[in-house]
Amino acid sequence: MAIFGKKKSEVESYNEITVMNALKKGDMNVKLSALIFGFGNIVNKQIIKGLLFLLVEVAYIAYMILVGGKTIVDFITLGTKVTGSQLNPETNLMENVIGDNSMLCLLYGVVTIFITAAFILFWREVIKSAYNTYLLKQRGKEIPSFIDDIKSLFDTNLHKTLMALPLIGIVVFTVMPLFFMILMAFTNYDRDHPVPGKLFDWVGLENFGRIFNAQSSLGRTFWPVLGWTIVWAIFATFLNYIMGMVLAIIINREGTKLKAMWRFIFVLTIAVPQFVSLLIIRTMLQPNGAVNVLLRNLGLQGQSDYLPFFADVTWARVTIIIVNLWVGIPYTMLQCTGILQNIPAELYESAKVDGANAVITFFKITLPYMLFVTAPNLITSFIGNINNFNVIFLLSGGQPSCAEYYKGTAGKTDLLVTWLYKITINNKDYNLGAVIGILTFVICATVSLIVYRNTGSYKNEEEFQ
Amino acid sequence: MNKKEKSMSTRKLVNNIIVHVFLTVLAIIWVLPIAWVVLTAFRKEPGSYLTYIMPKGYTLDNFINLLTKTNVINFPRWFMNTLIVAICSCIISTFFVLSVSYCMSRLRFSFRKTYMNIALILGMFPGFMSMIAVYYILKGIGLIDGPGALKLLSLVIVYSAGAGLSFYVAKGFFDTIPKALDEAAYLDGATKFQVFTKVTMPLSKPIIVYTILTTFMAPWLDFIFAKVIIGTNTKYYTVAIGLWNLLEREYIYKYFTQFAAGAVLVSIPVAVLFMFMQKYYVDGLSGAVKG
Repeated sequence: MAIFGKKKSEVESYNEITVMNALKKGDMNVKLSALIFGFGNIVNKQIIKGLLFLLVEVAYIAYMILVGGKTIVDFITLGTKVTGSQLNPETNLMENVIGDNSMLCLLYGVVTIFITAAFILFWREVIKSAYNTYLLKQRGKEIPSFIDDIKSLFDTNLHKTLMALPLIGIVVFTVMPLFFMILMAFTNYDRDHPVPGKLFDWVGLENFGRIFNAQSSLGRTFWPVLGWTIVWAIFATFLNYIMGMVLAIIINREGTKLKAMWRFIFVLTIAVPQFVSLLIIRTMLQPNGAVNVLLRNLGLQGQSDYLPFFADVTWARVTIIIVNLWVGIPYTMLQCTGILQNIPAELYESAKVDGANAVITFFKITLPYMLFVTAPNLITSFIGNINNFNVIFLLSGGQPSCAEYYKGTAGKTDLLVTWLYKITINNKDYNLGAVIGILTFVICATVSLIVYRNTGSYKNEEEFQ
Repeated sequence: MNKKEKSMSTRKLVNNIIVHVFLTVLAIIWVLPIAWVVLTAFRKEPGSYLTYIMPKGYTLDNFINLLTKTNVINFPRWFMNTLIVAICSCIISTFFVLSVSYCMSRLRFSFRKTYMNIALILGMFPGFMSMIAVYYILKGIGLIDGPGALKLLSLVIVYSAGAGLSFYVAKGFFDTIPKALDEAAYLDGATKFQVFTKVTMPLSKPIIVYTILTTFMAPWLDFIFAKVIIGTNTKYYTVAIGLWNLLEREYIYKYFTQFAAGAVLVSIPVAVLFMFMQKYYVDGLSGAVKG
């Protein structure tokens, strides 16, 4: 029967086959497999599998000898030879020398580290595989052939097949770049050390010190920008949440006519690509933009007057929060509508009997219920707002500028993320950008750790299946 | 009708009037920017900042010029670039998202929980942070300096490589499919792969459609990654960077009405797709937060 056949390669329970057990309890063949990959498999007639293991080991060693070793040395020194003209002692002439590129030294070093890490994980699998075969043989069970192994990739080991490509994508294009950028925070790769012209070097925690020091011009930028980022995230998240919910309630209430039409109008604005609507609103809010023109034509302000939507600090900040409401409220409304309809009607009935008015009902019934259901969403949107690049970048571009800020890299409405963008792309201070990125992460992680720990849906994930 | 009932119904009427006036005002505020850009797209006279609101004349020239006069701004080409990138990254991403979500929902293996935690942590880094490193990695592989078409390939990689991290919505959907179906299939001798393709997939049409649409729309909406990767070669622009560029100082006066026309052209398909998947969007969200 198939159900028994399926169990063949699963005889050993999960926890028995570990690297520690293999090295302690395995025989000589298993232990030799730790040095010569696939040895244990080959002696037990799993020839193809064993040879493939061996091939990977040979490839890794070859890589390390030919390329890897040098990249590790370069990774530690970050390059020693400076590019430029140098006196050649033999010919007594100036010669152009192409030196090391610190950035590439760092990058290749990171690649080698990742290859080595993958190799270590692979080594563990090899030992486990040898030990598994050894146990099967010892217990007189059938040893799976290569064909069996391939088949198991579509059955018991299906997760390996399905996860392989997505995982490679994530490791190469998300984890590795992040690791690379994090390392950059500990170097002096900035405007004064551009590659390939100059070398940069490890500087330890110096960049963090500079940013935290409230006396330096960097610190005088970091703390206010951080403050505004948090104020922004709080306002953007909670105003959107409350107002979107109120809008959903108003549309859903008994007496409202044409419910579908109202919903359609608001949803229409989500359907327009965000960069389009934000760029349009930016144009409309310029001193001579449509909004000011409209106010002039209605006679509400003089012909040369204008509302300084992005020119004045307070105006700009309030404008951005309000425009973000324009963007965000329909989303919340859409999301709330479904949940609102799930609130048990009896709750409202009994509130009515007790003589509660709309406001009391909202605070005593609707809001607690919504908070209960959507708490995890709220935290995701808080983090999303801390990292909300589009709204700031497309709307105000961080303006109005502030001369007091570090080399004018940030404006008064810049968030940490947009500052990160400007400081790396415009100012080429890659190390500072990396520090800002790390600090943004720390803030997000702290906030969500506290909230996730206290939400049931994360703790009891299995219960609802 | 006694006095009390009468006052109740008047109060109800007043309430209803207030609510509808309020909704009308809000609706006007929400529709205004969209109406304005549509008006601008059909406006005869050029220019970005005018001293009046309603156009003096209407024309289709903005659309026609945008689609035919391609020597300075090549909108059809940008559109094709984006379409190609969108189709490729949509295929890869959908495959990635569905595979990972299925593994997270149905298969049990040692690093499952670890993977979910790692995905959570990775999501907290600013997306832009890794961009510079990704740029250099792509450059290292030779995709940035090679023929321009490789830049589009880079974009496909950037949009789809991380797809395996956004499995929450689809996982939530798979969680709602009864496990009894799987078990019945196993009893009939099906392998896990067969259960995935023959049992789960046919039941998952809504989430497949949702995944295809969201991943297809991403390249139309993103512009920051595209901007870093494509650089200054206008031939390989996507519509998002192309349109953004039209608002730069040197173009804005002459091309503003064409920008509006382009914005309308891009918005229509995206809006249609969005309206189509709205239901799935709501279902997906409420499914994901059920716990």
